[in-house]
Amino acid sequence: MEQRSLGFSVFLYASALLLAVLILAPFAWLFIMSISSTTDLISKPLRWWPAQADWSRYRVLTDLTPNTHGAALMSALKNSVLVAAIATLAALAVSVPTGWALSRSRAVNWSLGLVIGTYMLPPVALAVPLYMGLAALDLLNTRFGLAVVYLTILAPFTAWLLKSGFDPIPRDIELAAAIDGARLDQTLRILILPLAAPVIGTAALFAYLLAWDEFFYALLFTSDQRAKTVTVAIADLAGGRVADYGLIATAGVIAALPPVLFGLLMQRTLISGLTTGSVKG
Amino acid sequence: MNGTLTPLRAWLLMLPLLVIMLSVIGWPFVDTLRLSFTDARLVGTGGEYVGLENYRRLFASDAFWRAFRITTVFAVVSVLLEMVLGVLVALLLFQDFRGRNILRALLILPWALPTVVNALLWRLIYNPEYGALNALLLQSGLMEEYRSWLGDPGSALAALIVADAWKNFPLVALISLAALHAVPQAIRAAAIVDGANAFARFRYVILPYLAGPLMVAMVLRTIEAFKVFDIIWVMTRGGPANSTRTLSILVYQEAFSFQRAGSGASLALIITLAVTLLAVAYVAMIRRAAGGKF
Amino acid sequence: MKSKRILIASLLTGTALAQPVLAETTLNALFMAQAAYSEADVRAMTDAFTAANPDIKVNLEFVPYEGLHDKTVLSQGSGSGYDVVLFDVIWPAEYAENNVLVDVTDRITPEMQSGVLPGAWTTVEYGGKRYGMPWILDTKYLFYNKDILAQAGIAEPPKTWAELTEQAKAIKDKGLLEHPIVWSWAQAEAAICDYTTLVSAYGGSFLVDGKPAFQADGGLSALEYMVESYNSGVTNPNSKEYLEEDVRRVFQNGEAAFALNWTYMYNLANNPAESKVAGKVGVVAAPGVDGVSTVSAVNGSMGLGITTTSQHPDEAWSYIVHMTSQPTQNAYAKLSLPIWASSYEDPAVTAGQEELIAAAKVGLAAMYPRPTTPGYQEMSAGLQQAIQTALLGQATPAEALATAAEGGGL
Repeated sequence: MEQRSLGFSVFLYASALLLAVLILAPFAWLFIMSISSTTDLISKPLRWWPAQADWSRYRVLTDLTPNTHGAALMSALKNSVLVAAIATLAALAVSVPTGWALSRSRAVNWSLGLVIGTYMLPPVALAVPLYMGLAALDLLNTRFGLAVVYLTILAPFTAWLLKSGFDPIPRDIELAAAIDGARLDQTLRILILPLAAPVIGTAALFAYLLAWDEFFYALLFTSDQRAKTVTVAIADLAGGRVADYGLIATAGVIAALPPVLFGLLMQRTLISGLTTGSVKG
Repeated sequence: MNGTLTPLRAWLLMLPLLVIMLSVIGWPFVDTLRLSFTDARLVGTGGEYVGLENYRRLFASDAFWRAFRITTVFAVVSVLLEMVLGVLVALLLFQDFRGRNILRALLILPWALPTVVNALLWRLIYNPEYGALNALLLQSGLMEEYRSWLGDPGSALAALIVADAWKNFPLVALISLAALHAVPQAIRAAAIVDGANAFARFRYVILPYLAGPLMVAMVLRTIEAFKVFDIIWVMTRGGPANSTRTLSILVYQEAFSFQRAGSGASLALIITLAVTLLAVAYVAMIRRAAGGKF
Repeated sequence: MKSKRILIASLLTGTALAQPVLAETTLNALFMAQAAYSEADVRAMTDAFTAANPDIKVNLEFVPYEGLHDKTVLSQGSGSGYDVVLFDVIWPAEYAENNVLVDVTDRITPEMQSGVLPGAWTTVEYGGKRYGMPWILDTKYLFYNKDILAQAGIAEPPKTWAELTEQAKAIKDKGLLEHPIVWSWAQAEAAICDYTTLVSAYGGSFLVDGKPAFQADGGLSALEYMVESYNSGVTNPNSKEYLEEDVRRVFQNGEAAFALNWTYMYNLANNPAESKVAGKVGVVAAPGVDGVSTVSAVNGSMGLGITTTSQHPDEAWSYIVHMTSQPTQNAYAKLSLPIWASSYEDPAVTAGQEELIAAAKVGLAAMYPRPTTPGYQEMSAGLQQAIQTALLGQATPAEALATAAEGGGL
């Protein structure tokens, strides 16, 4: 590193501090709102720190008594966990072989563009027929139906990510295995999958976060706690019909916790995944 | 790239994905195309062929052009903001200083926050009577009077853009940061020895390495921004006076609230077309950039 | 699914279905969050029902009012949608045309027929048929802060809308409040309800012979009043992004002298646990216009209906009967007033809210309907935009309403 002037150092640390505040302040405010009393939240001038921390909303929202706010949010969380899990597993199941094929055969290479191209399709361009199709199959308002729809988002993405993950794995071992007479599934299972485990993990994590974040399809295709996901539950709360801002904030904290924790714990994996495609081209 | 799979085997491996894509993407897309030429309703009757009537009405409709304009402004401004902020933050975090690694770790937070929670959070911040932004600006003397950020068409779209940019600039920053690390140390050192100033070093030494990845990030973000629905739905539902009603919100209203599936489908296809054209234009630019035109 | 299997099993073994251990039915019911009965009230009413009918389980789903219509319509494609839905007075036309709700005309008993207020029935009727039971009988009242009026030396709440403006100006001039009136004028149905109240005061009409008529006469005067009130500064400028709950928050925080809102605000704003103005809340029927009307009111009632996709219409009906029954409604009469005529003479209902009951007797009798048309949602969307563009000064009220008269959709 080059020598730095004092002025530049000051500028550097000031910018860093500003960035930290910019990132953290909204999070901090969400959390403070969740533990402030209603009176604090609607006082003027605004109280930036609660007179007394009030954790009661966390109890309210984790209360499982049927037909309460708590039961609604918890069942929505459960639906989100399950729908995202089913969709992620299904997406991996179809995109691992696809990613490998894309990486190892020139014949199918052109279809990569097609796979990525589907990413451009706005959900609104598929929503009406999907709605009618799900209705005909009796899959509206089911977790399974929603998970199938999420495949449209996850599968192209994971296939593309896995392809770039398979590319650097040397081909020699596959050739050797083929000479030894290994079957296709054996080569994939015994040789490739262990080597590709990290990138498969990355793909799974991304797929899960994408599914967790989805809102539009969930809004259209679910109607109650049998399938409604947490994003829709949050939007319902934020719709201007809940008087207690603190309760809205608390629900936000609870819904954000899983992905944000994931993000912090697995950030190396995430960052490598985020930058793989773009930096290597 | 040397292939280790025969074409037949490759196709076999791809079969499951292709089947799924055909059934949950291909078929719905074709069906949307069909619906766009009908007066189908979402549930129940209707579905007569009406030719180009839906498209004709669409292009003659002020609501459509207004939504198109709003969507474009949202996409262009929010992506530009994210790009500029993202690159600046990346340049900052590329420097060596104490606490840098913690800051890099924090950067992932807004990105990991679910979009809907982000929207809820900013809706609370922008609240006209009890929101943190008004309180902050007033108490620090930057503003005389509370403002209605989401209730005023002059500021509602800008407020949405800020909320969107806050969540998404980390993605650009992380991609740029990775690209910065790919700049060979020797080249940077040489530029310093040559006495190039900071701006010249950025322009001629760093930027060429950043251009490719940034372009990819820009394509992804623009497409996402053009499809925007969630954040607007939660924060303004298209109001006030439809000043934040983007194309996706308009499709929702047309196809689902008013149940006019046919005309909703035609609008959805126009969005698809716009996004595709945008992507093609971008890809052409990336190709040119990769050809060393920078 | 489960009940089907039990049904088959019982047929095979020849056991009677009537045995109490068998056949648990689950009903899914859609309600709205806030602006009438609270969620806690709905829950308690439902618990009473399930306690009396242990073989029926009821799942409650609460969505914001803004999502109620779309959720109901979208669940139509689903074989496992809602059994019971709450619907607004403006939707029976569309729901009937699109076969969303079951015609329950024949299920209504003579006792219901004679006991329920005639005005309440209009909530559930379309084309001579009934599509549910009225449940929430509501209109917008004018609430005022007695303390602030006294400080401003105002003895009586306004009798006309012009008087409301004058009183608000007096309060503003005395420096008591910067913006004395608060409304719910967000781009939502709430704004249409405030507008309709004014339309009824000015003697306007929405449709004449099926054609828009709100762009002239009373319909135009109503919007002009709103714009004038907004521009003159007596109206809280944030009204243009407020829903009913925001109005309540501002009013019960003591930051408004006048507010237009539903019944439910009366007892909530009088509750010292969450309100700073408890005990100071006055309520009257919304005012009239000199020479045209003495009071004004919007029909903001809602009903409960059975969806055509319900597998359990009989259980759904018994649930609706329970929810709309006089004992249930009398027991929860604090946030929403009963649909039953004799309840208004029942001391158990009127105790502690005599002022509200007095206002209701005048207001409910004057309720003015929003148009009954299958295309209501689009018309409403167009009007919402007209109201907002006029408030924001992007168009004159006349221009804005003329645009709305041309149509709301694409």
